[in-house]
Amino acid sequence: MGFLCNWCSYAGADAAGSARKIYPHNVNVIRVMCTGRIDPQFVMKAFQSGADGVIILGCHPGDCHYKEGNYKALRRFHLLKRMLKQFGIEEDRFRLDWVSASEADKFVAVIQDMVSKVKALGPLRLTPLRPPMEKGRGADVQVKAHG
Amino acid sequence: MGKPKIAFYWCASCGGCEESIVDLAEDILKVVEAVEFVMFPVAMDFKVKDVEALQDGEIAVSFINGGIRTEEQEHMANLLRRKSGLVVAYGACAHLGGTPGLANFFNRDIIFDYVYKKSPSVENPHQITPKLKTTIKQGELTLPKFYDTVYTLDQVIDVDYYLPGCAPPPDLIMKAIEAILSGNLPPKGSVLAPDKSLCDTCRRKPTKPEKAVIKKISRVHEILLDPERCFLDQGVICMGPATRDGCGSRCINANMPCLGCFGSTSRVEDQGAKFLSALASIIDADGEDEIKKITDSIADPAGTFYFYSLPASMMRRRIDIPNE
Repeated sequence: MGFLCNWCSYAGADAAGSARKIYPHNVNVIRVMCTGRIDPQFVMKAFQSGADGVIILGCHPGDCHYKEGNYKALRRFHLLKRMLKQFGIEEDRFRLDWVSASEADKFVAVIQDMVSKVKALGPLRLTPLRPPMEKGRGADVQVKAHG
Repeated sequence: MGKPKIAFYWCASCGGCEESIVDLAEDILKVVEAVEFVMFPVAMDFKVKDVEALQDGEIAVSFINGGIRTEEQEHMANLLRRKSGLVVAYGACAHLGGTPGLANFFNRDIIFDYVYKKSPSVENPHQITPKLKTTIKQGELTLPKFYDTVYTLDQVIDVDYYLPGCAPPPDLIMKAIEAILSGNLPPKGSVLAPDKSLCDTCRRKPTKPEKAVIKKISRVHEILLDPERCFLDQGVICMGPATRDGCGSRCINANMPCLGCFGSTSRVEDQGAKFLSALASIIDADGEDEIKKITDSIADPAGTFYFYSLPASMMRRRIDIPNE
């Protein structure tokens, strides 16, 4: 899953596409106005919904259209990366990088690198969290005799 | 018609939630006058068979506290659900999993290994751990199954209302009981507390930082806490921005930061991730090394941000260790 900022990285990805550059098709791109808009909940949701990796691409430091959105993203990224590790999500599954509108080649290189690392890790094994019994209003549950 | 029947029950919890009923002080008399208790482990001697003997739906309301971590707790939750018109998830553990829910960073084997073998206060020369069945000469003894994962009550049974807090404060308890007795109830699934953040009503709000200010993150024992200034402005983690209001700021008034027991407001799905977002945006650093230095000073981010809400979070548990 890729979250790309509208002003730099999405344009960079667009440039890669227009130039017919070849890169792995594993990334599903979501365009956001700014990397500063990316709520850590989006990243958690992506993993919870079955993404094997999440990449955030934004403007280079100093180039943010909104001045400091990418710095906010950077601060959240470092803390979130540590926290995801505690949940058992490997570091290589979550990445933040800077891609400007003219860096089509960098976009391709970053995606290739990310995809090869995630492929090496294999799928994220989320255990389906079944409720222990059939959830319901209790009507269908056999009541065992207690001593 | 007799008085409405009320049940209290505890699952994976400390017992403080049931205590909070007794702590209603003189208000408890009003409750006793209006209702008939049919289950109340901390205060009265009812047996499971007394509940089993009731008709389905005969109990007006069951207040169940604690998360679900054993087979027996799940069985009792289902039994009470079947016998009750309404079920209220009472307190942080039933609502969100609570602090026992932090066990979701481990699994049964890791927990048993530590608790029964490695813990410094344990002497267990025969390395005995709980077994589901043990045969002795008088017969067979059984224990309920201990799950790898702690569940919130609503992940196991249908829940009508939530009463948040560790433990819920007396004013919210009385309001909830009065609402139920009068039938004047909000839509099903409501949390019976205000739907705004704790910061909104915090008396320290005027000093809440609006821009990046945190150069260093301190734990409460490391600095002298200013009793008037916003904790975040002092570089101390306070869950206020991501936590629901209604507790009466008990911790804040005692000069301790919020730990998040009320859970988030209805607009937030994952309390820990939301708090991480709020905290990171007021860290005053732009360089990668400096950011890392500040964020690395938080010893246990997940355990801190999900202190009460891990089983209710999006990930629900640590995923890279075996779990059923």
